[in-house]
Amino acid sequence: MHPAPSVIAFTTLSGAGFGLLIWLGLGLPDVTGWVAFAFFAIAYALAAGGLMASTFHLGHPERAWKAFSQWRSSWLSREGVCAVATLLVMAAYGAGLVFWETRLAPLGWLGAALALATVVTTSMIYAQMRTVPRWKTPLTPALFVAVSLAGGALLAGQVTAAMVLLALAGGVQVLWWMRGDGALASSGTDMATATGLGQAGGVRAFAPPHTGSNYLLREFVFVVGRKHAAKLRMIALALGYGLPLVLLALPFGHALAALAVLCHLAGIAVSRWLFFAEAEHVVGLYYGAR
Amino acid sequence: MTTLPASTTRKLGLVIDLDTCVGCHACVVSCKGWNTENYGAPLSDQDPYGADPSGTFLNRVHSYEVQPLATSAMPHPTAQLVHFPKSCLHCEDAPCVTVCPTGASYKRTEDGIVLVNESDCIGCGLCAWACPYGAREMDAAEGVMKKCTLCVDRIYNDNLPEEDRTPACVRTCPSNARHFGDLGDPDSDVSRLVAERGGMDLMPEQGTKPVNKYLPPRPRDTLDEVDILAPLLDPVIEEPSGFLGWLDRALERL
Repeated sequence: MHPAPSVIAFTTLSGAGFGLLIWLGLGLPDVTGWVAFAFFAIAYALAAGGLMASTFHLGHPERAWKAFSQWRSSWLSREGVCAVATLLVMAAYGAGLVFWETRLAPLGWLGAALALATVVTTSMIYAQMRTVPRWKTPLTPALFVAVSLAGGALLAGQVTAAMVLLALAGGVQVLWWMRGDGALASSGTDMATATGLGQAGGVRAFAPPHTGSNYLLREFVFVVGRKHAAKLRMIALALGYGLPLVLLALPFGHALAALAVLCHLAGIAVSRWLFFAEAEHVVGLYYGAR
Repeated sequence: MTTLPASTTRKLGLVIDLDTCVGCHACVVSCKGWNTENYGAPLSDQDPYGADPSGTFLNRVHSYEVQPLATSAMPHPTAQLVHFPKSCLHCEDAPCVTVCPTGASYKRTEDGIVLVNESDCIGCGLCAWACPYGAREMDAAEGVMKKCTLCVDRIYNDNLPEEDRTPACVRTCPSNARHFGDLGDPDSDVSRLVAERGGMDLMPEQGTKPVNKYLPPRPRDTLDEVDILAPLLDPVIEEPSGFLGWLDRALERL
């Protein structure tokens, strides 16, 4: 799959932003006034900034509002509904904390639940794709939720929780990679089922439909950089999980915490790049590629 | 609505004969020709005369080489070349429809055709991700998703002569490799063709229940003589027969 920068930015930043909103909704940290304003500003910058980035890859962003209509069937639509509902509920909750120093706890819990639902709906957009065997697993929502909770805890300054969750998320990430490497082979879809010509013997792509490239090859048969996958995985693990853990173990300070957050986001961005670049769409089989 | 209809009155679709397709790409050209100037946004090309041309097509023809397994009777079987046209299969359980966030993609209850309402399409590309067949292509100029309409603007078009009221690809195919009809009616020509020739689904394990069917290529004919020049090396018939035989015998007697 083509790793679109807008979608990588969206899933990385919004994941962390909604993760922070979950913790803020639960009252961890229990802040009010200007401190609360700073936390909510960061959360909204990440969550809303990511959402804005995700509209950049649309062919017609001006019609994006229509995407709220099909929540009965579409995970993308559900994600849009959940995201906007989260931002509205948490705005009311945050206003109470910032301007009236009042914590409306049930509203916070509702906001936290909606933020969690947003992350789950985002992950389900990928996890529902039977066409991409690497993504079609319950491990995908588990990974997105674990990373979001860990990143949120990191941003919320919940040191102990962040350390536990970072280790957990790193473990899920490794599991996800291990399962993913055999996913296409064990999916049951291959050139024989794609062409229906397997009965007669071995099938080989002899000539593509055209001499040039096309939308399908650009979008679904992205193989650039796969040879560096092993190295990039180590970089993602070190930056996203290892280094932040080490930095958290050191005596707490704002500079170190900021560095830990930046490391984590950079690592997650690398892992999200791999999430797309390594994903094999079954349409590639028609071109004899994967 | 992007929820799928529980059932459709008819199941219009194509039956593609991999045995007779000669890979001429006439269907590709006629499809592009008709659909670029009729329903919806034109099918644009990018850099058409430059070094890296590409464009939007609703129908493309692949070619595959099938190598039969060696047997004791046929230790070196010859490979078979199969031309393979591919367009939207108008699946009964179309995953492209249910993922659409705006309701732009829909499956028609009356005939099962899967269409895109281009004025609702935001060009997110998710439907193309969900399609295992690569039947949907985002138009780079228009920013909306394009797909086969089964020439919905031909098949019901009273302004066209009756013989033209079939999809452009079917109408143009010079080897009759493409057939159009109602696959929901077991007595239709296309359904009978599928039953007789063992029509198959592409990627059945994906659970899409495609309406379009593919007829598998027949096995290759086997010839007794492999080397076509071999008979010329020796006389085929030592003794001529018929008039020449009589002449031969008559001359012999002289």
